[in-house]
Order: sequence, then structure tokens, then C-alpha cells
Amino acid sequence: MAETSVITPEMQALVGTDSVPVFYDVEKGAIRKFARAIGDPSPLYVDQKAAVAAGYAGIIAPPTFARLLIPGPGSKPFPEPFRRILDGGSAYRYSEPIVAGDRIRVIARLVELFEKHGRLGTMLFKVHEIRYENQHGRVAQAQRSTVITY
Amino acid sequence: MSTRKAGAILYFDDLRVGDLLPVLTKRPDTRQLVMYAGASDDYVPIHYDKDLAAEAGHQSVIVHGALKSAFLGQLVTDWMGSEGRIVELQVSYRGIDYPGDVLTCKGKVTALRREGTQNLVDCDIWLENGKGEVTTPGKAVVALPAR
Repeated sequence: MAETSVITPEMQALVGTDSVPVFYDVEKGAIRKFARAIGDPSPLYVDQKAAVAAGYAGIIAPPTFARLLIPGPGSKPFPEPFRRILDGGSAYRYSEPIVAGDRIRVIARLVELFEKHGRLGTMLFKVHEIRYENQHGRVAQAQRSTVITY
Repeated sequence: MSTRKAGAILYFDDLRVGDLLPVLTKRPDTRQLVMYAGASDDYVPIHYDKDLAAEAGHQSVIVHGALKSAFLGQLVTDWMGSEGRIVELQVSYRGIDYPGDVLTCKGKVTALRREGTQNLVDCDIWLENGKGEVTTPGKAVVALPAR
């Protein structure tokens, strides 16, 4: 372990901290636009009657719609050592759908920092647990997102 | 593969480990990447700036990982029927994909389990590029009704 880590104590101290909460009003137009962009023709994303007939409160959002509900900045700025960025992946957990008309409160918690040394040199992995809480006070879904900088 | 109509119900009892999900084929072009950038507020330039992508060593702009997640999400929601509910969707971006390629989403049932009142189905899901290489593996869990 002679190699020095790019993860400084200052960065490590940010693990466990939350982003500044932001609120989004989920509009059916935004859902329709998202569904069109991903090429998913399901009526559940555009047709109120079809969504209600399928047992939902209204038009629902596709499973990865929460990508649009971008978290606010960290409560303290992250001292980023790198310039280039890659998306490593996401893991979503769903309790209930996001429905058109919902007001969603988004908070991202930095839960893990680690580094790897590979083809691209030293890579810093930041893992955030992002919670999407609806106006009923329930976490409708959560996304564990891994972002790589190098 | 099954030819269930949209709105049909997929029952937990009818599945077996090893069953394949109906394949979903996607052909993202640069227009779709621009649409996705706008719809998801993702303006990372490597998805629309050809010069910048070339500088980073790519043959063209690259497909958003999150768009591939969306494709795999559709693979699952198309299959799970009108009573199915998606519980988990996990996707890892292992390889780069380019617009113009044919991307094929596939999946396989790996476990059937009952947890409390829920009938849960575990699936391996993945996306292959035109050469048949898996660039984007993942997993999904859905809850289904029983007969």
C-alpha cells in the first residue's frame, strides 16, 4: 500500500453527508417527453385512462424517469481531483411509482468513496444513495448511483 | 417466445427458472441521444459533441448509460404484464455503445421466491451490442400476481 490515495481526509469527511434538498413538481408533459425520448410507447406514460385502468393513481413515470430529478449540490463542496467523468451505473429500488402531479423531494447522500487503478489511470468512484420522497412523505424510490472521475 | 397482448397478466405460477424475457431491440441514433439529453437534463457533451468524443478516443459520440438503463427498464416493464410491479432495476455500464449500432436487450429468470405476501421474480438482464458483446449487464426484480 505504498501508493498514495487520491481520497483525502477532507473527502472522507463528506461521506454520510446529504445534498441540499430540492423539490420537483412532476408534470405529465415531462413524463411524455421522457417516454418519447427513450422510445417507450407504453400508454401508462401518456394516457390517464390506461394508467387508472392498470391500477395506478394517474399517469406514471417510466422506471428511470428519476434521472431527470437531479439532486441539489452537496451541503459542502466536494474537492474534485479529476476533470473527466463516467457514469458507472445505477441501482433503483421501487416502493411505489412516481405519478404525474407528485411533488418529489430529492436528497442524495454520499455513501461510499473508493478508488481503482486501471486502464484510465487512477479512478475515483463516488456512490450516492438518492432518495425520492413524495408529497405523502413516503420514499417512492431510491437510486444508488456510481459516478467515476479520472 | 410468448405473444401476450399489451394489458395481459403475467402470473408468477407460470414462470420457471431459465425462462427468457422477450427480446427488445433498440437502434439509438444521434437524434435519440439529443432527445434523451433534453428529456433527462443530461448535457454531458460526450453525448452530442463529436469533436470532444474524438478527442477522448471514441469513434463517435456515445450512448448515455442511463438511456441503456431505460431500454433495460422497458425490457422488464414490457414483459411483466399489467399486474406486474418493478421492485428493483440494477445496471452497470461496462462497455461503451455508439449510435447507429443495434442494441439488443435480453433477460432470463434466475429465481422465483415468496417474500411475505409478495411473489418475487429475480432476473438477469443485459444489453448486447451489434457484435453480441454484453456491454451493459444488470439485474431486475419484479413482483407478480399468483393464480
